[in-house]
Amino acid sequence: MAEEELQKTLMNSIPSINPEDISVGSESEVRTEELLINMGPQHPSTHGVLRVVLRTDGELVLEATPHIGYLHRCAEKIGEHVTPRQWIPYTDRMDYLAGMNMNLGWALTVEKLLGLQVSEKARHLRVLIVELGRIASHLVAAGTYGLDLGSFTPFVYCFREREKILNLFEAVCGARLTYSYITIGGLMADLPPGWLDQCEAFLDEFEPVVDDLHALLSVNHIFVKRTAGVGVLSPELAIAYGCTGPVLRGSGVDWDLRRDGDPFYTKMYQDYQFEVAVVRDGRYPQPSPAVPLEAVRGDCWHRFFVRMVEVVQSMRLVRQAIEKYRRADGDIGQPIKLNQKLPAGEVYLETECPKGQMGFMIVSLGDAIPWRVRARSSSFCNLSVLPELCRGCLVADVPAIVGSLDIVLGEVDR
Amino acid sequence: MNIEEIFQQLSERFGEAVRPGNFAALDPWIEVNADAIGEVCRFLRDSPSMRFEMLNCITAVDYLEVDSKKAAKASFVPHMELLYHLSSISLRHRLVIKVMLPRWRGEVPGQLPQVPTVSHVWRTAEWHEREVYDLSGIEFVGHPDMRRILCPEDWVGHPLRKDYQMPEEYHGIRAR
Repeated sequence: MAEEELQKTLMNSIPSINPEDISVGSESEVRTEELLINMGPQHPSTHGVLRVVLRTDGELVLEATPHIGYLHRCAEKIGEHVTPRQWIPYTDRMDYLAGMNMNLGWALTVEKLLGLQVSEKARHLRVLIVELGRIASHLVAAGTYGLDLGSFTPFVYCFREREKILNLFEAVCGARLTYSYITIGGLMADLPPGWLDQCEAFLDEFEPVVDDLHALLSVNHIFVKRTAGVGVLSPELAIAYGCTGPVLRGSGVDWDLRRDGDPFYTKMYQDYQFEVAVVRDGRYPQPSPAVPLEAVRGDCWHRFFVRMVEVVQSMRLVRQAIEKYRRADGDIGQPIKLNQKLPAGEVYLETECPKGQMGFMIVSLGDAIPWRVRARSSSFCNLSVLPELCRGCLVADVPAIVGSLDIVLGEVDR
Repeated sequence: MNIEEIFQQLSERFGEAVRPGNFAALDPWIEVNADAIGEVCRFLRDSPSMRFEMLNCITAVDYLEVDSKKAAKASFVPHMELLYHLSSISLRHRLVIKVMLPRWRGEVPGQLPQVPTVSHVWRTAEWHEREVYDLSGIEFVGHPDMRRILCPEDWVGHPLRKDYQMPEEYHGIRAR
């Protein structure tokens, strides 16, 4: 076949196209299909063994269903078989990033049942320790949140500072994560010599780092773009879902158990000065950078920022506690006997843990072993709002939302 | 508002369905009939003098003495208690309400006791009721998604019941 002829045949085989027949489709006319994506339970951005099933349509999340229970360790059932002091180690394995705060919650609950009042010195030492614990927990939250959103540097800064707190805790009780230091009736041991000076040195070193973290995260343009206006949680919805702690305050609800809680708990903080980290008239307690214009009350940025403001307030509390502890006379008290008989009764007490309101309940019928032990987890309730926040968001925003809730799965599953 | 005033208002509105529990306890409580719990909770949340916006916790306590020697001297008859811990952020007060339930519906072992859900009043209850169902074996009627939450879906039994027997094995894994 001659070349010309071949050309002709080829041309004829192409159907002639009338330009009017071509409809210029817009992007929205492209059909997408629903797709189920399984996120976790082994996924770095889920902060532990959390599994979220996402029903997506293209880039949009239609529905997010969390599945939990991978770290269920029967803590409440175990509590029915051991005495309250023996259960202390199980409490710091719930929120393993803030073990001191968990120990305190349980210790106070049992003390309320026993009608026990710790000494002034023990009270100030407890404030000192739990506020350091709060800083450590919030540093993990801020660092890993940066990591979730793709910035590695603040993570290293946060963990470097947290390491110093863990060293201080190790000097106090020998453990770095699971302390069992705050116990029923007081604390396990007094501070080692020179510890307060080390703690003050840490605070002096840490104070400028907070400004670095603000520069790296809070006011960082990319960070603001990823978090501002994402996952907006209204105050009504936050309360309806029982969200507490920074998640509730991020929605602008002025509620902190250290000020508003049960009198048995708030008297621990009675002569301390601190501000509740919540936005009032568009401003957070100072010193802190201004709120970016894009940020909406209740979004991921606010939830994150509340924690950063709380870190500064906790430093204030630690400094006050050091002064008060130095001036207090007497000893730090004796822990109760391991098998001390409990009076019959029921006590439910919530404390302000870094993640939110952690409640412990003890039901006693008069034996040394409680009849029933209950742990109300703050992360459990904070996580339950996830389907609401994720509905209609982008797939890439899911890690941003999960990270902003700052959950610990050990506490969710107990 | 203190517990006597709350009880006064509740009994005016709900009559026999609400009974004084123990006002002298460390955590004073009010007893509510199981079938009235939904209505009472809605009133507690919406009434301008109550405004319990937040449900902190739902706890089930199983009262059963499994040791036959101790059972004769036990200070209670076998039953289950459901505790609702409420708090009001706007009015800054707290309340505990209790619902008394039989251990089994109609005293037939294996038939889980039933109580109306409060998940339409507080969304917190959605997961808390699932947890109570999973661990203590109480069914919440009207709950949108009544399934286990912490244990696997095919788990047998409700571990926080006092007569719970740990299974011999689970999917070929020895459990005892």
